[in-house]
Amino acid sequence: MKTIQVATTVNGDAVEFVCAPDESLLDVLRNRMGLTGAKEGCGTGDCGACTVTLDGRMVCSCLVLGAEVEGAAITTIEGMSTGDTLHPLQQSFIDHAALQCGICTPGILVAAKALLDRNPDPSDNELRYWLAGNLCRCTGYDKIIAAVQDAALKMRTA
Amino acid sequence: MLYAKPTTAAEAARLLYAETGITRVLAGGTDVMVQLKAGMIEPALIVDIKAIPGIRSVTAEAGGFRIGAAVSGAELGEHAALCAAWPGVTEGAQLIGSKQVQGRCSMVGNLCNGSPAADAVPCLIAADATVRIEGPNGTRDMPVAAIPTGPGRTALTKGDIITSVHLPARPAHSGDAYLRFIPRTEMDIAVASAAVSLTLNASGTVTAARVALGAVAPTVVLVEACAQAIIGTKLDAAALSALETAASAACKPINDKRGTIEFRTKVAGVLARRAAVIAYTRAGGLL
Repeated sequence: MKTIQVATTVNGDAVEFVCAPDESLLDVLRNRMGLTGAKEGCGTGDCGACTVTLDGRMVCSCLVLGAEVEGAAITTIEGMSTGDTLHPLQQSFIDHAALQCGICTPGILVAAKALLDRNPDPSDNELRYWLAGNLCRCTGYDKIIAAVQDAALKMRTA
Repeated sequence: MLYAKPTTAAEAARLLYAETGITRVLAGGTDVMVQLKAGMIEPALIVDIKAIPGIRSVTAEAGGFRIGAAVSGAELGEHAALCAAWPGVTEGAQLIGSKQVQGRCSMVGNLCNGSPAADAVPCLIAADATVRIEGPNGTRDMPVAAIPTGPGRTALTKGDIITSVHLPARPAHSGDAYLRFIPRTEMDIAVASAAVSLTLNASGTVTAARVALGAVAPTVVLVEACAQAIIGTKLDAAALSALETAASAACKPINDKRGTIEFRTKVAGVLARRAAVIAYTRAGGLL
């Protein structure tokens, strides 16, 4: 199978990679770039564990071909903190124990940040609908909602 | 598998026509990638159409809107003028999948996937929308209603690509609406659905209507008897009752894990009636 050379931007850094034509962006991120924050839960766009942003839009990286991202700008969970300083959402997830096994957490953090970037003060209802595509089998979601709302409050008042 | 990203629709059609193996058109990929992952298909060629000019834009045309085949649900939802003119169309499209899926999925992809439960399709049919097709013999337009021919099947032939969908000019006092039944609140496939588009005169009488039902037949269906039940009325109780009866009478659903024949038949009628009320109100009618 002929490989394809792709030049893109990941978390602000210009990167180049080669991939197979049928290789997903998720596999490129994990296996070729070592960015293992995005997880493969279902591989079919149902669980949101592989959520990244592509040109500012939240997407399931398992439903994107690596070959498609030529010239695009991608952000992943690895780009969320500033050096060793956690993003307020990340700190809030720790403070509120909003994770247990942690598999869904990177996707939920990327999704929650995408919402707060658009709407710094969402209602619980808006937040729950926004995160409907991020499945968590541990927490029961309440702690996640509390953590995001607390982070949103801190970000608004910072 | 080969991946191609042509920069013209004609080149895309030529590539698809020339390939003897299985081909897929890639816009948002939210169906194609799932098929690949599941091993349902092993295409010889994937043609990514997103580099074709206009394929990702919404433009005013002939008093209506031309929407490129790869415009995502999220982009539709952010287009204020489009949402104001066709709230049913844009709401239906935004019911597909999660917010992540909305970042990529397109109405044309939803149409070409051929599901009778496709959420974007009933309102497009109710709107009398047309698609522009680039094929091996050039460009042609077809009504959206003529595209689905059965579950997973369309009227498109080898080398054809839908490049855009056109929503016609909207007369004054017009409105549309889409409702679906799902057992959850989000992220599900319609068990039954209904779309209504109508136009009123100045006194609130329905002068034109189109009603389409989803998930109750092998394709999304346009139900002329539903339109006749409400044209010439002010959507009084008798008209709504006739609409509901006509909608249920048009249903030829299947039994499956998501719903029974009886349930789908009943619910499609209820949804048609409720969608008509919403469309009527949006058109400025008073009930």
